[in-house]
Amino acid sequence: MTEASTAARVRAIAETVPDPELPQLTVADLGILRDVTVTGRHAVVTITPTYTGCPALQEIRSELRRRLEGAGFDDVEVRTSLRPAWTSDWITEEGRQKLGAAGIVPPRTAPLRSTGPVPLTLVGSTPTVRCPRCTSPDTTQQSVFGATSCRALYRCTSCGEPFEYLKEI
Amino acid sequence: MDTYDAYQAITDVAEDQRWAFGAGFDDPLSGVDTTIPDGVVGADLGAYCEMLGDDALLVSHRLQQWVAHAPELEEEAALANIALDLLGQARFLLARAGTVDGSGRTEDDYAFQRGAAQFRHVRLVELVDSDFGVAMARLLVFSTWRLAVLDRLRASRDPVLAAIADKGVKEVTYHREYAAQWVIRLGDGTELSHRRVQAGLDQIAPFVGELFTDSDVETRLAAVGVGVRPSETRAEFDAVLDTVLSAATLRCPAWSAPGGATRTAGDRDTLRRLLVELQSVARAHPGATW
Repeated sequence: MTEASTAARVRAIAETVPDPELPQLTVADLGILRDVTVTGRHAVVTITPTYTGCPALQEIRSELRRRLEGAGFDDVEVRTSLRPAWTSDWITEEGRQKLGAAGIVPPRTAPLRSTGPVPLTLVGSTPTVRCPRCTSPDTTQQSVFGATSCRALYRCTSCGEPFEYLKEI
Repeated sequence: MDTYDAYQAITDVAEDQRWAFGAGFDDPLSGVDTTIPDGVVGADLGAYCEMLGDDALLVSHRLQQWVAHAPELEEEAALANIALDLLGQARFLLARAGTVDGSGRTEDDYAFQRGAAQFRHVRLVELVDSDFGVAMARLLVFSTWRLAVLDRLRASRDPVLAAIADKGVKEVTYHREYAAQWVIRLGDGTELSHRRVQAGLDQIAPFVGELFTDSDVETRLAAVGVGVRPSETRAEFDAVLDTVLSAATLRCPAWSAPGGATRTAGDRDTLRRLLVELQSVARAHPGATW
């Protein structure tokens, strides 16, 4: 087997690893899986954390190793890449559909950073997020942080249901 | 296993999949290139990482103390998430300190084995914030200052610091937004909420000058393109505070003037009590794993 085809097999297995916090999505859907290379028998899988403190990272690292070793790859190195920093723009189209199906509104495009200080966003200036259940635009942000750092809490004022929004970052 | 088994993930004791004290997950920099850039003194870089790491670690701990005490469940979730972001930054920074200062210490050694006199944080971060008005005032001041520092640090010649800053900027932008929204809501709220958040600002005012006092380490590292002199961030800080406090109908307190000794840890009662809680499990069970 050539290194290229081995790398393709390693990648195919790595792509099946779910995110522990959003188990509907895989690391490939989220854009956490950055690179797979194979040299001889040595496979290197590179991942990046979504948020610096994300406790899922270590779970993902272990699960990658477990699945790859289970498939017969016993020389696996999992590397962490910190730069470029993860952006919600890396979530794939399939990932966005899976988020929507789970009742989580997928993120808008992350704002392009202009030069100068990071701009302050104050109440009232947050763009409209449509309710994933009734599609009403009449929603209010309850909290900019939800169950995890990457999600914000919203409530729909039309149907009254709470929902989550995956923040652009 | 095709579907993710959450129970198995929690109960599986094999390998290194836990993350906490004694859990074996003690190398957040695993697989990251940790070479020291040319012309940089390792001891200075280590001390600088400790400064930035200790600030994040202690604010994180104060925020964690709000869990089960916040006014609403949503706020507890938010404060816990902000605390987790800062804890993540502290872990990377303290792990980085151990790779460059020659001591070979792990992040746990810095967090749990140092005494009060060895911490390198600014005093603002250790203050008790048992009133929500104080907590939001401190978080606004801290996140505004840290965001300005991290934003400049993205251009650091140290690739690890630059990468940590790159991610940190995205996170702290949300922290600042959260704190600003609360300060405005409280300041422009009832007579009681206005009074309490104003009291919070007044209470932390004596500790703000230190944030903009350049230490020798920061000055030396800024000169070689690795660190940031915090005094450079003052104008940006003032502009943000002015915007938020005006919207909140709050009076900008007389912040203390920069200058004098900075980042002088010591055997202070507030710090000692904080560390007793932070370090109690690690000190009671040295080297424990679970």
